[in-house]
Amino acid sequence: MTARSIRVAVAATLATALSLTAAACSNPDSAKSGSGSGSTSAVVGIAYEPDSLSPLLGYGKDGNSKIFDGLLALDVDMKLRPALAAQLPEVSADGLTYTYKLRQGVKFSDGKAFGAKDVVFTYRTILDEKTNNPSRTELDAVKDVTAQGEDTVVFTLKYPYAPFAQRTVLPIAPEHIAGRQDVNTGAFTTEPVGTGPYVLTKWSKGEKLSFTANPDYWGGAPEVKKFTMAIIKDDDVRATRLRSGDLDGAILPPNLAKGFADDKAKKTYAANSYDYRTVTLPTNNKVAGDTAVRRALDVAVDRQAMVDAILNGSGKPAYGPVPTDSEWFTKGTERTHDLAAAKKILDEAGWKPGKDGVRVKDGVRATFPLWYLSGDKLRQEHALAYASDAKKAGIDIRTEAGTWEVIEPRMKHDAVLAGGGSPADPDFDQYTLLKSSLAGDGFNNMAWYDNKAVDAAIEAGRKSGDKAERKKAYDTVQRELVKNPGYTFLTHIDHLYVVDDRFGALTTQVEPHDHGLASGPWWNVEKWSTGNTGDAKQ
Amino acid sequence: MSRRLPWGPMARMAGRRALFAVPVLGVVTFGVFAVAAASPFDPVKAYAGTAGLTASQENLDQLRANLGVDQPLVARWWDWLTSAVQGDFGDSSVMRQPVADVIAERMGWSVLLAATAFLVAILLGTGLGVLAARRPGGWLDRCVSSVAYTLEAAPAFWLGLLAIWFFALKLDVLPAGGLTDAASDVVTFGQVASHLVLPAAVLGISQLPWFFLYVRQGVADALAEDPVRGARARGLSERTVLLGHALRSGMLPMLTLIGSRVPELITGALLVETVFSWPGIAAATVQAATSVDFSLLAALTVLATAAVLLGNLLSDLLYGLADPRVAFDG
Repeated sequence: MTARSIRVAVAATLATALSLTAAACSNPDSAKSGSGSGSTSAVVGIAYEPDSLSPLLGYGKDGNSKIFDGLLALDVDMKLRPALAAQLPEVSADGLTYTYKLRQGVKFSDGKAFGAKDVVFTYRTILDEKTNNPSRTELDAVKDVTAQGEDTVVFTLKYPYAPFAQRTVLPIAPEHIAGRQDVNTGAFTTEPVGTGPYVLTKWSKGEKLSFTANPDYWGGAPEVKKFTMAIIKDDDVRATRLRSGDLDGAILPPNLAKGFADDKAKKTYAANSYDYRTVTLPTNNKVAGDTAVRRALDVAVDRQAMVDAILNGSGKPAYGPVPTDSEWFTKGTERTHDLAAAKKILDEAGWKPGKDGVRVKDGVRATFPLWYLSGDKLRQEHALAYASDAKKAGIDIRTEAGTWEVIEPRMKHDAVLAGGGSPADPDFDQYTLLKSSLAGDGFNNMAWYDNKAVDAAIEAGRKSGDKAERKKAYDTVQRELVKNPGYTFLTHIDHLYVVDDRFGALTTQVEPHDHGLASGPWWNVEKWSTGNTGDAKQ
Repeated sequence: MSRRLPWGPMARMAGRRALFAVPVLGVVTFGVFAVAAASPFDPVKAYAGTAGLTASQENLDQLRANLGVDQPLVARWWDWLTSAVQGDFGDSSVMRQPVADVIAERMGWSVLLAATAFLVAILLGTGLGVLAARRPGGWLDRCVSSVAYTLEAAPAFWLGLLAIWFFALKLDVLPAGGLTDAASDVVTFGQVASHLVLPAAVLGISQLPWFFLYVRQGVADALAEDPVRGARARGLSERTVLLGHALRSGMLPMLTLIGSRVPELITGALLVETVFSWPGIAAATVQAATSVDFSLLAALTVLATAAVLLGNLLSDLLYGLADPRVAFDG
């Protein structure tokens, strides 16, 4: 038998076998239900699936949880507005007491009234160390939370913490349900009940989350009556299902989003983000910990080339955790790519080129390893580009791939290509990245960065309730990062979404590193318009 | 068969096997705990997910204590075993649910998939095997045999991806994955049936070659034996000879195969469920393993081990029934 005839035979038999089984199993009555055809339903494809839907375990802690509401919520410009609270909180002069008046007449989707006891229950449960909530650290400042009557909740803090109000977008769970079961494994973690615009109808793990509109939502019943989030980890499959009409919208990497550029029936949205990629330069490494090396690397790296080549233009050069278009960014701290300047810095500091082109100082070769998460193509490309730029300045960076289990024990001495970013407040990123007392604490301050001026400034930034004072503090931090860059920030990454045109013009928020189901143009799906006016309500 | 079934010896064999299964299950669960503990994956990191990347060390240490993974290996295993014996399989850390709930939710879908696939493999394998054995070296035999050898070497997940590419992407006739369409919330018979086709076909076809090759060999051998020659000499129809005589004796080795294919079926289901996002137990196994979810992992291993032991018992029983010369071990 020739190779060709075998191939034909293989194909023929395979097809016969498959069609035989197909005929044997399929139900002749089954009609493939057309999805996404009704204008009051929307199906979106996301790459991420929450582990739990319980706010007590960390679900929706940054807002937009669909099923729940926080005391406050963030609008399209990332400004706080009241949600379950009737107005923004009153803050005492010493910044230690936050008083929230609650919205009246709000009901959970099971019909029971929402009240101060639910807020107290939610926060106290999260703060309880028996609750397996990995984000509890974010509420470290809270000393106590108490109800004053039915409609007022008072938070007392251990220390003045200016961004505290941003933390209260955290969703509120009903005490009468969640309080009666095991917080870590009870049914509430998969069958949540909240006050939010949508009610969960089904969570088929690994497949999809289905929601239906809450007709009694206090903010008005959503027009999109049925909302489904299909969990599709594979980018190509997500793109294909979007093209076939199975999905109305999806998050896509730049190269696949490009394929929809000419599709008249679909719109592409690029969401700005705080999602940075950075290289940690550990203080304990003889080379990476050297200020001259850090400063040289900071200008030797060609950030714009990374944006163009790695991100296909969907992103921005990053000079610190704060993106250049943020109101908190310090103008004038942009670094221009300047290889000659990098070489000059190294020469002056005594790092002289050796025979192989790699610089040497006091017998120490300018070389260190750079780890990236294996399988993460984006980080790999950033790491390779960084190493190649460093090589031109005479610094030999060896890129190595590993899982976090491999990388974590090496973080004290080896550089890591890390990512992160929370947009709600400048404190969120900078405190954990730069505070010297957090060096080596879990994944906080991975570079063991230690700078007294920065420590003082970020402490001042979180304590002061005055915006101008805070801005001054974060300006100091960003200027100090120019003088002693313990991290080389590379890029801020835009997140791309493609959505069906029939929902009109949509908006996106500034997005964090973890762009889970709360991000994307569907951050406010409850406000989407399904009419023919073509405009989404704000 | 009109003769009375030998219930006594069969029950004795089942009882003996059940007794033997107890230490096996104990050893297997301990093995799972030991391997999971030795693996580089950290259950706390897996539990915390991305939140763990910003959590403080104190927060992570508290989680470690809450999840009970700071206990020594033997203590953890013993705790699990003693409560499992009393019917409490513990809580799954990755699913945030009691293990019993996870299994109850998913077991049915896995059984449906595996049973359909097994049926496809047995029926198709037997049918094609008989046809191929009728004319060894004929075009059907040569085609199917070469395909069978190819399939034997093809991993199930590769077949799965190929099937998705062809039937879901190119032809767009069958859904690529899931239990129902993305927009549909209710699990209807029609939806499940159309979504079952590809995974069941792929899993069935990956098991098919063994059944086909066994039947083909068995029937071809039987066709050369005296009883068949005798039957032909008596002028019986070819159909009776083939199905009544040759197939019946050629089927014997296949009964053993049914038992021994069960572990392969479970491994195959593991890959197929992952590829097709089928919400079954095997997909949960993968998640449990990578998250070092001790309770869930151990419970699932017990299930898989039990399935293998049952499969072996079943094939031995069938063998004993089909061939009276074989005793129910002693």
